[in-house]
Amino acid sequence: MSEHGHELSFTEKYIFSVDHKVIGLQYMITSFIFLLIGFTMILIMRWQLAFPGTVIPIFGKLLPATFAPGGILGPTGYNQMGAMHGTIMVFLGIVPLAVGAFGNYVMPIQIGAPDMAFPRMNMLSYWVYLPGGILMLSSFLMPGGAAQSGWTSYPPLSVINPGQTVWLLSMVFLITSSLLGSMNFIVTVLNLRAPGMTLWRMPLFCWSQFVTAFILLLAFPPLEAAAILQLSDRVLHTSFFMPDGLVVAGQAAQYAGGGAVLLYQHLFWFLAHPEVYVLILPPFGIISEIIATNTRKPLFGYKEMVYAMMSIAAMSFLVWAHHMFLSGMSPALSNFFLITTMIISVPSVALLTCLILSLKGASIRFTTPMLFALSFLPMFGIGGLTGLPLGLTVTDIYLHDTYYVIGHFHYVVVTGSLMGLFGGVYHWFPKMFGRKMDDCLGKIHFWGSVIAMNGILMPMLVIGLQGQSRRLFDPTAQLHNLIGQPMHVLSTISAIALMLFQIPFIYNFFNSMFRGELVDSNPWKATTLDWDCPSPPPHGNFAKVPRVYRGPYEYSHPDHNEDWLPQSREHAEAAR
Amino acid sequence: MGNYSWLLPVQASSFAARIDLGLWIIHAAMILIFVLWTIFFAYLLVAYRQRDGHKAERIHIDHWKSLAPDAAVLFFELSVVALYVIPTWSSLKMSLPDEKDSIVVNIVAEQFNWNVHYPGPDGKFGKRSAALIDFSNPLGIDPTDPAGADDFVTVNDMHFPVGKPVLARLSSKDVIHSFFIPAFRIKQDAVPGMVVPLWFEPTLEGDYEVTCAQLCGVGHAIMRADVKVQSRTDYDRWFASMAPVKKAGPSGATEEW
Repeated sequence: MSEHGHELSFTEKYIFSVDHKVIGLQYMITSFIFLLIGFTMILIMRWQLAFPGTVIPIFGKLLPATFAPGGILGPTGYNQMGAMHGTIMVFLGIVPLAVGAFGNYVMPIQIGAPDMAFPRMNMLSYWVYLPGGILMLSSFLMPGGAAQSGWTSYPPLSVINPGQTVWLLSMVFLITSSLLGSMNFIVTVLNLRAPGMTLWRMPLFCWSQFVTAFILLLAFPPLEAAAILQLSDRVLHTSFFMPDGLVVAGQAAQYAGGGAVLLYQHLFWFLAHPEVYVLILPPFGIISEIIATNTRKPLFGYKEMVYAMMSIAAMSFLVWAHHMFLSGMSPALSNFFLITTMIISVPSVALLTCLILSLKGASIRFTTPMLFALSFLPMFGIGGLTGLPLGLTVTDIYLHDTYYVIGHFHYVVVTGSLMGLFGGVYHWFPKMFGRKMDDCLGKIHFWGSVIAMNGILMPMLVIGLQGQSRRLFDPTAQLHNLIGQPMHVLSTISAIALMLFQIPFIYNFFNSMFRGELVDSNPWKATTLDWDCPSPPPHGNFAKVPRVYRGPYEYSHPDHNEDWLPQSREHAEAAR
Repeated sequence: MGNYSWLLPVQASSFAARIDLGLWIIHAAMILIFVLWTIFFAYLLVAYRQRDGHKAERIHIDHWKSLAPDAAVLFFELSVVALYVIPTWSSLKMSLPDEKDSIVVNIVAEQFNWNVHYPGPDGKFGKRSAALIDFSNPLGIDPTDPAGADDFVTVNDMHFPVGKPVLARLSSKDVIHSFFIPAFRIKQDAVPGMVVPLWFEPTLEGDYEVTCAQLCGVGHAIMRADVKVQSRTDYDRWFASMAPVKKAGPSGATEEW
């Protein structure tokens, strides 16, 4: 650390910082803001779904007339918000929070590193992500508005619809940022571990980041290629994805034709299915840490979980076309992806089983982060189970592209990933600021959120079974959807409740930063190296390079007088 | 509304019951797994909560035994795949009914309509060309082709006789749409540049709805069509009453819009 000697200016310290902790916090604040923006969009959309054609309260008057004429959301506005909600939540919200924020902040201190391997590249990764995000949001101001072809952006729709060019440019930024980050993570894990920190002594969170980095590195380039090809179709009128004989609104489209429509879907899902595991593995690592700490015993099946994560990562590249069973792809090919999809469910079951069995024999402390971690287990269970009828080709004929799909993946990403990430905030907040978040507000946040989330998502599974298609601007325009309308109302009311239950969290976060209860460097009595350095850790993290003597979860060690035996403690001390 | 319930819609095609069987088996298994699992989870939370005089202990659990749930899930999934999914998928998607015994139609999706091209009494489709498309000839049927002289096209209104397989060649003029009749449990994407065959056999007379399941633009929500499943005589009467599609001017003359 060459900067050690001299005083850093404000800009060097907080804005263009090369310190992984500052970058992690930048990522965290930015991604939470994007999550809030994406959530506000879905609230506006949900109002339209529950009460179609009525004036949106509060937001109705603020939205421009092209979007919501007379305060009533229009179909173009709905489609723009739909595409942007998905894009923002996945690429600007959850991934940067899971990888950029937690990975950056926690992973180096857990392996005993002074910083990431390439601090400047780390800074660059954030400063490519932020402009990409701002560019994405600014696309609402473009003539014709933002992208409106869904977050999947299937051509030819995305090529002929307005708004897509900025979306594609912004995606190139975001992908670049993720690629820079993933290379940095891999090198850091491989090269900067403290002495004694063998790979098999790394905490599961570090393993999850390490495995995730490989997924990002291998999955994003095909999407980058697809985005650039689509951009070329839009801007240069090439025909990579444009077929022969296209007639749009009665007129022959100005394309040479000969392109392959399905090619884009293959390229997209080759990224986007592994991406699902990018969304879920880091939160999985987070809750493993929380559960180990709060059960006061070693995790069950540490190595099994690492192997499970590795096999999920490897298998995730072989299942992409289960999103395409009905796309017109050969039905014979579907059988292959059906089998691989069934196989990939096994390591996921193994991960859950290991965490459940970790509770056996424990002494469970129901702290706020532990509540979030525990709720992850049954909720992710629902997410996984509802994936089963979607992964089986025959039942997918009926359920594909219905609300059942939306319910399924939101159970995985919202009640799963997002709850795990919230748990992570409560767990590592004392490390980040030297103060604890308020427990009572945390519990209100937890119970309110978990109930509201189920109130949003369970109705979606019901209307999905009724056969309601997704992405409908006005479900009541179709006869077979009328019966499910009360479910949309329930879902919308729950969504408003979920928004209200985030207020205690936001208040708690900023209030505790300055006025929270002061705590020492290891308030949870945890064993991993992140609890060995001061809170917050100084630049360079450790006063002297830590040495690691054992695995990560030595809780309730029989030869030790306390119920936690840190990784850096040389000898266990027998009880007196 | 009678066709739609709080759960699945009415079963109005020959394979609807087979698909529902799968849906029910899988959902029953899902609920069973979830309930058993939640009971065990709740028991662990209560039994091993932190309390005075209780200490965490390192219980040895046999690793091989812990793999039992994984093995059980895999066994269940592969049995469902082998005994139900692959046989059903093969009969639904990988084999088609004989053209001679079926009602054959071309279904052409566009923003935001479902066009159905019936071959007319001669049972032969006229040639189509994108260059001939205009308002009065939405599918561009070639007026010089005698096979197309008696063809007719309906828009957002399809009629099929009960108890006879329908073989549809699905395509799209502009973007990807998805042909979905909830009551028939049939869904297939309509992809521009491709012709995808699909079949179904209506088994229950009545009025049903086609919906578009793939986001196709501003009018995605209003992209729907009526399906009328009629008795053979009613269907034949309707079929005979349909006038052939009106021809636009000379071949290739597309009007300015």
